[in-house]
This record gives sequence, structure tokens and C-alpha cells, in this order.
Amino acid sequence: MTSDREQDLRDRVAAFVAGHDPRADLMEYLRARFDSGLAWVHFPVGLGGLDLPRPLQAIVDGELAAAGAPDNNPRRIGIGLGMAAPTILAAGTDEQRRRWLRPLWTGEEVWCQLFSEPGAGSDLAAVATRAVRDGDSWVVNGQKVWTSMAHEARWGILIARTDPDVPKHAGLTYFACDMTDPGVEVRPLRQLTGEAEFNEVFLTDVRIPDAHRLGAVGDGWRVAQTTLMNERVAIGGGNAPREAGAIAAVVTAWRERPELRTAAAHDELMRLWVEAEAVRLTGIRLRQQLAAGSPGPEGSAAKLAFARLNQDVSGFELELLGSDGLRYDDWSTDTWTTERPAVVDFLARSAGYRYLRAKGNSIEGGSSEILRNIIAERVLGLPGEIRVDKDVPWKDLPK
Amino acid sequence: MSADLLYSDVEEQLRASVRDLLAKRAPVAEAIARTESGEPYDQDLWRALAREVGITGLAFEEEVGGHGASWREVAVVAEELGAAVTATPFLGHTMAAVAAQTAGARDLLPGLLSGERTATLAVTAGGPRASDIEVDGAKITGQLTGVIDALTADVLLVPTAHGLHLVEAAAVSRTPVPSLDMTRPLCDVTFHSAAATQLAEPGAGARDSALLVGGALLSSEQLGLAQRCLDTTVAYLKERYQFGRPIGSFQALKHRAADLWAAIAQARAVARYAAACVADQDPDAPVAVALALAYCGPVAVRAAEECVQLHGGLGFTWEHPAHLYLKRAKADAILLGTASAHRARLAELVALPASAP
Repeated sequence: MTSDREQDLRDRVAAFVAGHDPRADLMEYLRARFDSGLAWVHFPVGLGGLDLPRPLQAIVDGELAAAGAPDNNPRRIGIGLGMAAPTILAAGTDEQRRRWLRPLWTGEEVWCQLFSEPGAGSDLAAVATRAVRDGDSWVVNGQKVWTSMAHEARWGILIARTDPDVPKHAGLTYFACDMTDPGVEVRPLRQLTGEAEFNEVFLTDVRIPDAHRLGAVGDGWRVAQTTLMNERVAIGGGNAPREAGAIAAVVTAWRERPELRTAAAHDELMRLWVEAEAVRLTGIRLRQQLAAGSPGPEGSAAKLAFARLNQDVSGFELELLGSDGLRYDDWSTDTWTTERPAVVDFLARSAGYRYLRAKGNSIEGGSSEILRNIIAERVLGLPGEIRVDKDVPWKDLPK
Repeated sequence: MSADLLYSDVEEQLRASVRDLLAKRAPVAEAIARTESGEPYDQDLWRALAREVGITGLAFEEEVGGHGASWREVAVVAEELGAAVTATPFLGHTMAAVAAQTAGARDLLPGLLSGERTATLAVTAGGPRASDIEVDGAKITGQLTGVIDALTADVLLVPTAHGLHLVEAAAVSRTPVPSLDMTRPLCDVTFHSAAATQLAEPGAGARDSALLVGGALLSSEQLGLAQRCLDTTVAYLKERYQFGRPIGSFQALKHRAADLWAAIAQARAVARYAAACVADQDPDAPVAVALALAYCGPVAVRAAEECVQLHGGLGFTWEHPAHLYLKRAKADAILLGTASAHRARLAELVALPASAP
């Protein structure tokens, strides 16, 4: 029965390829692919999917790649695909799903995530950005930070405080914010690598129609959980081949440059190789689990391991390369000037860049310390942290 | 990669029945007393596992006397045997059966697969090395120190420079060794012109295939042991109160438990991959097994060490079984080679040489 379903899907892809030429108009081609249910097969019919199990998407992607068809450049629209889309699907109205999902998937509309604030990092539920109801819309004021792609985004998923008089988790509401609103100001945020991959976003009297609210008023925290669980899966998951990722640069250097080899470095190299392979297999197992259900706390563990691995491998790589490791990036250009990369190409850069950029891996998308709390409490059932702010109205919390 | 790293429903049912049987017939509390008795092996349990679960023949084809399942199922049994620190000759016997099969010893197999006769692969625990056993026609002479599961074996399968030899246990002298891990005790085996039957020529791969399957099963045992240590420790963190709070509410301890859980989640993916590769005779099996032993051994040791530490004073007593897990985990991490030995093996397999050519 499964193989029948797989064959049907292959036939469907073949029919689609025969009827659509991506060289004519790429965007028309991508829209047609969405309308044929071949965008993400696990989504509902009519919303880019076919109501099929998620792993079957690999068949579609494989067949299309074999046919030489271009994709929707998923790395550029990762936040939309990985975080906004599952949230819109889970919490959106039919109208919202129809409006947003297609241009999100084709890449016509880039999405960003307006969650973190200067005063709300790990304690995300403490966000201070206010949304005040005014007729059919909301007036939003506040400051967001660490917003990738805000400078290219058309939409931002936003959590804002709609009721300061109740405890912090209860007073939040989830919106889609139009980034072209005149009250939205995006400023680059330069990070320790020298680049500005991220932004600060200042929201001043931004008007958001109530029709752009996702979920009920006051239900923003629950809606955000869908986003965050998917974020960790997106960061920690992956189905890469052996020796892909950060370890690739190290094993290549080891094989090509025998003069770098020492006995002590060899055992360290093999420790990291083992860890990389363990992380890779765990990611594959996680995806196999996801095929049977929805993302759970296992995604937190994958993200935790991924961060540590990237940091350990890139730190080792720098030492292995010795004096070459001390030269930052391509030394023919001055890369300490601010650049704004659309996507982070971890592997195309120098060892020094990898080392520095990996430092963000244990902070972004839930710090490793918060992830350990999540595992301890939600998986192992250990007691929660003592919460001094639990029953206090948000407005009365010390800030 | 297509290997299924999850557990099938059948595997989970098998796990439940083995766990049930072990809980009834081999409670961990009794395991401590057994280590000090004259009979460290639980022979009744071993017979019950062979008869009721069929673990001796599970992965072998029916035409040679097996049950036609695969090493994936046996690996799940190994997890449970590790979780309960059971004292049975499972590992040595299973490796011997694989060696016998590779050698094509079809007369020997049915007795081993039914569990009627118990065997072990006679190699020195702690990194099998080239044996100095001398073979003279149908007689062998020499000594092997620190052999697992030989104490209660009926027959020994002895890899030598001349191939694989079958020796009846009655023809050798066995000296029990006070062992770090008394749930898998060692003995020294001496052969004085012992009658030996050659089962395989050198190079037939009998020893290597046995160690490959044995390695996959050992990594699953390590996984099961680690998971049980974590479960026991987490339960204790919830019930033990100090400073007016369960100690599991302290972040320093929660984070240790979370890190251990994450390491065990990785060990599970790695051990399942090894089991799947061995079951499917995948060409990647040597890499998968070396990886599994390099990864799961240290995770099991860490789990047992955390179990001792996080139980505080209780974990340091003889009365609490934490020490059985610690000893088993540490012995397991040496038995078929240390993690660093497996990393060195991996380096050869994946072309990452130690030094300049």
C-alpha cells in the first residue's frame, strides 16, 4: 500500500515536470508546484500539500532534483518555511492560510521573527512590546532584536503584550506584522564575526489589522510554542551525509595536509568524528520519529548537541591549522567591514569565521542552558525552576 | 541512508516480555547476593531466556535451527540484559554461535541455537589479540587469560593462528578470576594438549564476524545499562529531599541529568544503526560497530558514574546496586576494546591516518 502511494506520488511529479517549464518563468513554476500539492506534501490539499506523511516529501524533492528543476531556495526563506508556516497552519484561519502560505513558500514574501527583545531573551514571555486595540486594528510599540532577514522581510511573526495586568504568559498575543508599515524601522546589528546577519527592529505606532492576529487574544504564548519547537527542529535536524557540516573542513585538512598530523591531534580528531557521526545519526533518527508524529523535546536535544559539536569542531580546526588558523577569512579582502549576508555560508568561510559564528549556536533559538531545563522538566519530569514571577501581573515585575 | 533507527512494534513487544521475565526471575536486588555466591551465573534464568524467549536462536535462520528474526531483535534483548545487569553467558555464547555459523559448523549449531549446549568464544577480554595457542594436529596447548562466559560453557570455540577450533570444556582447566565485573565473571583457561577439532581455516572470518555481531550487541547492552542508570537516578532526584526541596529541583543536577539524557539519545541512534547494519549485512557494518563501541562505551560509563555520584552516600554503599552498573559499564568499555582502540580502528576504516605517510 505504501509503495502504491509512493508510485502515485512519483507519477504525479512526473506529470507535473512534463507540464511545467521552470525556465519560462521561475515564479510561475513555483506557484504551479505549490498548487499541485508538491510544495510540502504533509500540508493539506489546497495549501501546497497532499495530506501525505512528511517523509514522502523526500521523494518529491529527489524526483525534481533528478529532473534538474530549481527549488525555492529554502535557505533564504528558512524562517518562513521552518517557523512561520507551521504556526500559520496550526493557528491561522482558513483565510490567513490562503493569503500567506503560497507566497511564503515560493519566496515571493520573506518572513522574519519578531520575538526576542533587549529585556526578553531566555525569558521570552517577558516581552514588553505593547499592542493596544484601536477599532479593527492594533497599535504596536516596542523594540525587537536578533531579527534575521528583517531587512528583506515582507512579514514578521510577532509576539506582543496585549494585557499588562495579568501574569506574563497570559497577556501575550501573536500577530503577523507587515514589515512595510511606515512605523517599522530596521537597523543592522553587527555581531562578533564582523557581519550584520541580524537586525534590531523598532516598532513605532505600527498598525496591525486584527485580521492579522494568529490565534486568540491572550493566547500568544501557546501559539509561540509551535514556532519554537519547529525552530529547534530546523536548527538541530538535518539529513546530511557522513562527514558533512563543520567536520568536513577538518577531515579535508587532515587528509590533504599530512604535515599537520600529530598523535594527540589524531585522537581528538577521531573523538570529534565519532561525535559528528553520532549527532548525524541522531538527526536521522529524529526525522524518522517526526515522520510518526510532531516535533517534541527531542529537537531540543538535537540542537544542544549540534551547538556543542560545531563549537568543538571549529575550535579544534583553528588549532589544527596553526598559523593559518590565525588568518581571518580570505585575507585578500578586508572582511572585518560590515557585510550583510543573505544566508550564512558556514563552510565557504575561514576556520576563524566558523569558530566565531559557532559561538552563536548555543545562544540563538534557545540557549543551551534553557534547553537543558526543557529536557529536565518536560522529558525527565524533574521539578520546574522556582518562579518568583508566576502569579505577579507583568506590569509589577522588576525590570 | 535507509536504515530504520526506530524500534518496531514487534521489538517493543519482545522488550516488554524480556523485561517482565527479568523483573520476575532476576530482580536487581538479588544480583548483588549472587555475585558473592558460588554461582555467579544465573543458570535458571539463562535456560528460561533460551526456552521462553528463544534468545539463543533468535537471529538465525530456521533451517539451521534458529527462529528467523534478526540481530535488531537480539539487540533489544541485549538492552534489557544490560538494564538488569543480568549474569548470563549471553554475549560469549552468541559470539560463539556466530563463529560456528561462519565456520559452517552445522552439526554444532542446533545445540547452541536451542540453548541445550552453552559455548563461548575463547578470547581474552580487553581487546582481543593474536593468540599464542599452539596447535599440533588435533591437540592444542597454551593459556588464555580473562575469558568471558567460559566458566559455565560446555564447549569453547578457540580462534588460533590455524583457524577456529572446537574444544570441549571438559578437556581444559578453568580457573575462576575475581573479576571487576562479577555479573560477567572471567576465568583463565589452560589447554594441555586438549583435543581440538578444526572448524574453519585461517582467514575464514569466523572470529571477525563473531566480534562484529558481539560488538553491535555489546553497544546495545551499554545503551540499556545507561538508560536504566538514568531512570534510577532521575527517580532518586525526585524523591530525595535536602534543603527542603527535592534535589532534582537544583539546576546543577537537572542539567547533568539533561546532558546525560541527550548523550543517551545519541547512543540510541548509534547503537540502533550498528544493529541494523549487522542485521542487514550492510558493508558499513565495521564502521557502524566501531562507532557504536567508541560512543556507547563511554556513555554507559558516564551514566553509571553519574548514578553513583547523584545518589550521594547511598550510591557508594554495597547495598545499593549502583556499583553493579558501574563495574559492568567499565568492564563493558574494555571487553571488546577501549573507545580509543575503536577510534583508531575507525580512523583506518574512514581513511584518516594517524601520521604522515
